[in-house]
Amino acid sequence: MGVSITATPPDTDPASPDLLRESGQREVFCGLTSIVWLHRRMPDAFFLVVGSRTCAHLVQSAAGVMIFAEPRFGTAILGERDLAGLADANEELDRLVRDLLQRRPEIRTLFLVGSCPSEVIKLDLSRAAERLTTQLAGRVRVLNYSGSGIETTFTQGEDNALQALLPLMPAKEESQLLIVGTLADAVEDRFVALFERLGIPTVRSLPPRRSTELPPVGPGTRVLLAQPFLSGTARALQRRGAQLIEAPYPFGVEGSRDWMAAAAAAFGVDPARVAEVLDPLVERGRRALAPHRAVLEGKRLFLMPDSQMEIPLARFLSRECGMELVEVGVPYLDRQLMAADRALLPPGTQISEGQDVERQLERVRAARPDLVVCGLGLANPLEAEGMATKWSIELVFSPIHGCDQAGDLAELFARPLRRHALLSFA
Amino acid sequence: MELTLWTYEGPPHVGAMRIATSMEGVHYVLHAPQGDTYADLLFTMIERRGRRPPVTYTTFQARDLGGDTAELVKRSIREAVDRFQPEALLVGESCTAELIQDQPGALAAGMDLGVPMVSLELPAYSKKENWGAAETFYQLVRSLLKGQVPPPGTPKPDPGRWRAEGRRPRLNLLGPSLLGFRCRDDVREIRSLLADYGIDVAVVAPLEARPADLLRIPSADANVSLYPEVAGTVCSWLERTFGLPTVKTVPIGIGATAAFLREVHGVLGLELPPELVTGDDGVCVAERSSRLPWYSRSVDSTYLTGKRVFIFGDATHAIAAARIASRELGFEVVGLGSYSREQAREVRAAAQELGLEALISDDYLEVEKAMAEAAPELVLGTQMERHSAKRLGVPCAVISTPLHVQDVPARYSPQMGWEGANVIFDSWVHPLMMGLEEHLIGMFRHDFEFVDGHRSHLGDGAPASSAGGNGHDRAPAMETATAPSTATVVAAPPECLHWTPEGEAELAKIPFFVRGKVRKNTEAFAKERGLAAISDEVLYDAKAHFSR
Repeated sequence: MGVSITATPPDTDPASPDLLRESGQREVFCGLTSIVWLHRRMPDAFFLVVGSRTCAHLVQSAAGVMIFAEPRFGTAILGERDLAGLADANEELDRLVRDLLQRRPEIRTLFLVGSCPSEVIKLDLSRAAERLTTQLAGRVRVLNYSGSGIETTFTQGEDNALQALLPLMPAKEESQLLIVGTLADAVEDRFVALFERLGIPTVRSLPPRRSTELPPVGPGTRVLLAQPFLSGTARALQRRGAQLIEAPYPFGVEGSRDWMAAAAAAFGVDPARVAEVLDPLVERGRRALAPHRAVLEGKRLFLMPDSQMEIPLARFLSRECGMELVEVGVPYLDRQLMAADRALLPPGTQISEGQDVERQLERVRAARPDLVVCGLGLANPLEAEGMATKWSIELVFSPIHGCDQAGDLAELFARPLRRHALLSFA
Repeated sequence: MELTLWTYEGPPHVGAMRIATSMEGVHYVLHAPQGDTYADLLFTMIERRGRRPPVTYTTFQARDLGGDTAELVKRSIREAVDRFQPEALLVGESCTAELIQDQPGALAAGMDLGVPMVSLELPAYSKKENWGAAETFYQLVRSLLKGQVPPPGTPKPDPGRWRAEGRRPRLNLLGPSLLGFRCRDDVREIRSLLADYGIDVAVVAPLEARPADLLRIPSADANVSLYPEVAGTVCSWLERTFGLPTVKTVPIGIGATAAFLREVHGVLGLELPPELVTGDDGVCVAERSSRLPWYSRSVDSTYLTGKRVFIFGDATHAIAAARIASRELGFEVVGLGSYSREQAREVRAAAQELGLEALISDDYLEVEKAMAEAAPELVLGTQMERHSAKRLGVPCAVISTPLHVQDVPARYSPQMGWEGANVIFDSWVHPLMMGLEEHLIGMFRHDFEFVDGHRSHLGDGAPASSAGGNGHDRAPAMETATAPSTATVVAAPPECLHWTPEGEAELAKIPFFVRGKVRKNTEAFAKERGLAAISDEVLYDAKAHFSR
C-alpha cells in the first residue's frame, strides 16, 4: 500500500554506522546532463539551457551529440554584454526564443533550463517562462527548471524537469497507476502490457511521450517510481493527493518482480494472479542471468557516486549476481526513497554519501576491487591501474528495467570482467 | 546572448586544462561548480589518457555560496599542493566562479605555497578554448622566466651564436598539446626532420614538458611556432623579450615543409643545402623524401584533377589544407573557412588567394549550409563536418580539432613533414573513389549488374534517390540529405525552369558522379540566359560554355 513521504530533506539525520559522509571534490555531472535522455523521451520538446559555453560543452561532451543534424537542445550562451547589463538579458532571451521557435515549428514545449551562471546572476527564468508563454499565446508552452551544478547532480535534472511539468497536470480523482521516471519506450510498453495482464486498467507515465499529453493526478493516483532519483517529484505528486507505492526499484528479476507486485497489491490484485503472471517472467529472467552470475559471483564491487542508481544496483548485484560490495557511493542519500532497496543490502554494507574523490580513490586502491562502477573521467585511469571498470553513464542510457532486461543489466557488469579475462598479450 | 547548438571550442579554462594536462609536474586548481569535472573525460576518453588530468576542482554547491567559498578555494589549493606536490601551480576559475569573484589567484598569492604559482584570468564570457590555451601557456612561461628576462637595452642574441659556442644549433618546438590534432606524431616527425639537418630540439612544450624544461627555453637559438593557436602569444613575447626569432611556417604539406626548412636555415644562419634549393623544374630534391609528389603526379591521380573540395577547421590546418589541396593535389578548393576568429585574417588571406571568401564562423549549421551550396566532392573538416558531409553524402577526411577518439590513432600518423604528407595523401584520397575504379564504373555503367549510384567507399550503399536514373536525382552532394536543417538547403530548380524529356534523357546518360554538377551548371546557364526549358541542346550549349 502507499506510504506517505514527509518533506524531509536528505542528509538530516545523524549518520548511521554504515554511512560514511564526505565532502570534497565531487566527480559527478550536473543536472543539465539529464537533457540527453529527456529530449529523446519527449520528441516535441526543446531544452534551452540558459548558461555559458561550459554548459554547451558539457552537454555535447557528455552526450557525444555530434550525431544529430540539429539537436532538440541548445544553449543560450550569456555574453559579456548580458552580464554587464548592456543588453537586457530578458529581451535577448525573448528574441532568441522567437528565432528558435520559428526555426523549429514542431516544438510544443520549451524548457528554459537554468544553469550555474544563470542562478548566480539571478536571471528569473520562471518569469521569463510565464512571459514567453503569454507571448506565444498557447502555441508553445514555456516551462523552466534548474539543472545547475550548484543545485543538482546528474539525474536530479530529471527530477526538476518533472516538477516543472507538474503544475500542468490536470487534477482528476480517477484511479490510475502512474509510472514516474523516464523509461525506454520498449520497456515502458512491456510494463504497461504486464500491468494490464495483472488487471490494472489505467497505467500512465510521467514524463509522457508527448509533452502535451500530460497524465492527470489526484487522490486516485498511485505513484510507482521507475527511477530512484525523483525525490522532489515524488513529494510534489503526494501534495497533489497521489499515494506513493513503496517498493524496490525495477532492476533485476527480484527488484522488478517486487516493484510490479507492490503496484498490484496497491490495486488489490489477487496474489495468486500476481504469481501466475510474474512467476514465468522470474523464472525466465533467472535463466538469462545465470551465465552472467557465473562471472560476477564472489567478485568485489566498488560503486562511485554518480547517478543515484547505486543502491538499487548494488542490491541487484549482491543478491542476484552474488557480488561482494566493497563500497556503495551515492551523491546524496534519500532515506525514504531508498528504504526498500537499502533494507535488502547485506548488513553492514558500506554506504558513502557525497564525495571526496581523492580519498575515495585511495580507498579504491587499497581495496583493489574486481570492478569499479564510475564516471567517464575515472574509468581509463583506473583501468590503467589494472582495475576493471563499468561506465556508469551507460546505465542511464540503456534499457535496464524489468525482469526481461535483468540478463542484459548483469551483462553490462560482466562484460568488463570477461574482457579482462579474455585479453592476453603473452 | 547567442544560441549555440554545438560548439567547436570549449570554454577558455578547458584550454588551460590542455596545457596543464599536456605537461608533467603542473597542477591546476580550478574554482568551479560541481559538474565542471566533465572536462576530465575529454582527456581520459578522447585522448585515452591513463591518468586523470592534474586538476583539482573546488566543486562548490549552492549551500557553499552562503558560506565562505574563499575558504573552500584556499583549502583546495592547500590540499592539492600537499597531495600532488607540483613543480608549478596554476590557479583559475571557470565561468560561474568568475561571477562570484573570489579571486582565487589573489587568494593563492597570499598563501605560502613554496611553489611557483600562476594566476589565470581567462574571461569565460568572451573567450574560448584555444585562446585560453595560448594565454595559459604564455602566462606560465612568462612567470617561470621572470628571473631570466634580460635588462632593457640588452642586444638580441645572435641566432647564429651556436657556431661561436661550438655546438649544434637548437630550436624549441612550441604549441603541441593534448586535444590538438596529431601533435604527438608531429613532434616526432619534426624532431627527426630537424635532426636530418643537424639541428637539435631544446624544448618541446607544453606536451610532456616539465616546468624546469620551460626554464631552458631561452637557451635555444629560435622558436618554432608549431601550432600558432596555442604558441602564437608566447612566441611573440619571447621574441620581444628575449630576442628569440620565431619560425612561422607550419610544415604541413610538401611546399610548406620545404619552406619551413628553408626558413629554419635562414633564421639559424645555416647554409642552405642544395637539396632544399628549388631547381628550374620547380622541384627540390628533398621533397623526394615524401611519396606525395610522385603519387600526385602518377597517372592514377589524374582523376583527382579539379575535384571540388570544401575545407573547414582551425586556422592552421585549414590554411595548410587549402594549400595542399590546390597546389599539391590539383583539387579545386570551393570553400575555405575556420572557427578560429583569432586567426581570421590569415584564413581570409588564404581564401582570397584562391578567389574565395573565407567563412569565419562557429555555427556548424552555417558551415553545413555553405558546404551544401558549394557542392563539393570531398570535405576536409573537423568531426562535425564529417557528420555534415555524411548527411550530404559526401566523403570527408578529418583534418583538425575538435577531436573524436578515432583522431588519436594507435599508429604513427603525423600531419607535418614528409611522412605527414604521405599520411595526408592517403587519408584524403582514399575517401574519394579510386581512379581506376571510377574509370571502370564509367565504362561498365550500362551493364545490367551495375547499380547506378554505387559508391563503395562511403560504406553506406547507394543513395536511394539516385537509383534507377529516373531523372529526378540532384547533385550527388545532396542526394542523401534527410536532416531537416539540410532539406531547406537542397537547391530545387527555380519554379520557372524545367527539363524537357529530351533534356532529362540526355542528362541520364551522363555518369552519375558528374551528373549533379552538370545539372547544376546547366540550370545556372539556362537561368542566366532566361531560358524556361532545358532541352538536350541547352545541355550541350551549357557543356560547351563551361568547358571553356
